[in-house]
Amino acid sequence: MIEINNLKKSFGETEVLKGVSTVFEQGKTNLIIGQSGSGKTVFLKCILGLHQASEGEISYNQNPLSQMTEKERSLLRQDMGMVFQGSALFDSMTVEENVMFPMKMFTEAAADEIRERANIAIKRVNLIDANAKLPSEISGGMQKRVAIARAIIMNPNYLFCDEPNSGLDPKTAILIDNLIQEITQEYQITTVINSHDMNSVMEIGEKIIFLKDGEKKWEGSNKEIFKTDNEAVTNFVYSSELFKKVRKVYLEESE
Amino acid sequence: MIKLLEHIGRYFIMLQKTFGKFTKSSVLRKLVVREIDDLIIGSLGIVAFISFFVGGVVAIQTAINSDNPLLPKYLVGYATRQSIILEFAPTFISIIMAGKVGSFITSSIGTMRVTEQIDALEVMGVNTYNYLIFPKIAAMTLYPFIIVISMFLGIFGGYVACITGGFSAHADFVEGLQLDFNAFHVTYAFIKTFLFAMLLATIPSYHGYFMKGGALGVGKASTTSFVWTSVAIILMNSFVTNFLLT
Repeated sequence: MIEINNLKKSFGETEVLKGVSTVFEQGKTNLIIGQSGSGKTVFLKCILGLHQASEGEISYNQNPLSQMTEKERSLLRQDMGMVFQGSALFDSMTVEENVMFPMKMFTEAAADEIRERANIAIKRVNLIDANAKLPSEISGGMQKRVAIARAIIMNPNYLFCDEPNSGLDPKTAILIDNLIQEITQEYQITTVINSHDMNSVMEIGEKIIFLKDGEKKWEGSNKEIFKTDNEAVTNFVYSSELFKKVRKVYLEESE
Repeated sequence: MIKLLEHIGRYFIMLQKTFGKFTKSSVLRKLVVREIDDLIIGSLGIVAFISFFVGGVVAIQTAINSDNPLLPKYLVGYATRQSIILEFAPTFISIIMAGKVGSFITSSIGTMRVTEQIDALEVMGVNTYNYLIFPKIAAMTLYPFIIVISMFLGIFGGYVACITGGFSAHADFVEGLQLDFNAFHVTYAFIKTFLFAMLLATIPSYHGYFMKGGALGVGKASTTSFVWTSVAIILMNSFVTNFLLT
């Protein structure tokens, strides 16, 4: 579980986050949604510790990040997995080497054991015959799977995904969404996903927080988002005719 | 001026962090070997080519411009040796390496920054300064070997050009090479070569690590890196020469 209390972040004079508070629960896919420039990425980077928060507190399982020593932070990082928007695979390494990397860096396990664990993770994300390929030789969807495999090889308690569907076709995007949700439930991970893909919101948003201009404007689940009257949320989520109709049908059916 | 001081301060903080928390030795060893291959072995061809032909041109120019019968015949060999050992091999080759090795370092680290690979390493808890920059510094400690080869091939190129072009006889050239040989000149050349190697590894790394923007930013950072590495080499050369030879 990750608790965020009154998180503020400024860059010079510009206040990007204006006191965001929320709780990301274990075993759930938690989504952060909002328009470009709403502060989603800064929020995620603050949670990850890549940006120092200007004010407020972030706690991992009741342990405040600000009170952790450098060693404790280092150990916490090994308990985190991250899937970046562009996958961020190491382009000089093969798929298998990419997945093996965190274990090679942080464990004393034997090479055979590391390879075995990597192959379990690769199999878990349904990648076939890709071990010896370089990231440049595989598709965007496969790269995302490799990134997920690399993120879960250390059996992390926290999984962060920055727009995991960006640049993927709708079918692959749904497969990646479902894979992340399955892994979250299977390993009981606290998953935080930064997204503006409405399909993801509807499909896997067990907990959703909506950011606008650096403030949390709404919080709820994918069921609740259909019923909300919050104007900021409806303007963002139901901006397309298609989603307006989906909402209408959903509300009619639920009545 | 304040911006320049900010860069200098950040550069030294980067160096401090590079020697901070060390990467696992088995991983680091492989990275160093890969950097030796990329930065040292990969530069041998261009250094050999340039040294041989520029050595030849230095010898020919000296011969053409010293045709006064009062000047001794060994002068060509002597002047070739002095100019290659003292300046051409350590300084001129280092400026070329600022373009070759420097832009490779900046663009490879810069691309990792753009594609979020550095962020990925940081999230994992890796000391990215040590992981990315230390192997380059370690590999560049072998840079003096490149300069030895450059010195040898430069002088050999001068000899071949003089003999085949009829500018000097074998005995005269060799006499010039051996005349008034001062071993401290070689020591001086290697001291400055080592200092240049450290500049060649760290200044391009700084520009790559702290680059901003996308693909265009990588190109811009590589150019800036070449300019500042060259400036630093020239200033260092001036300082070391004043300090050691005057």
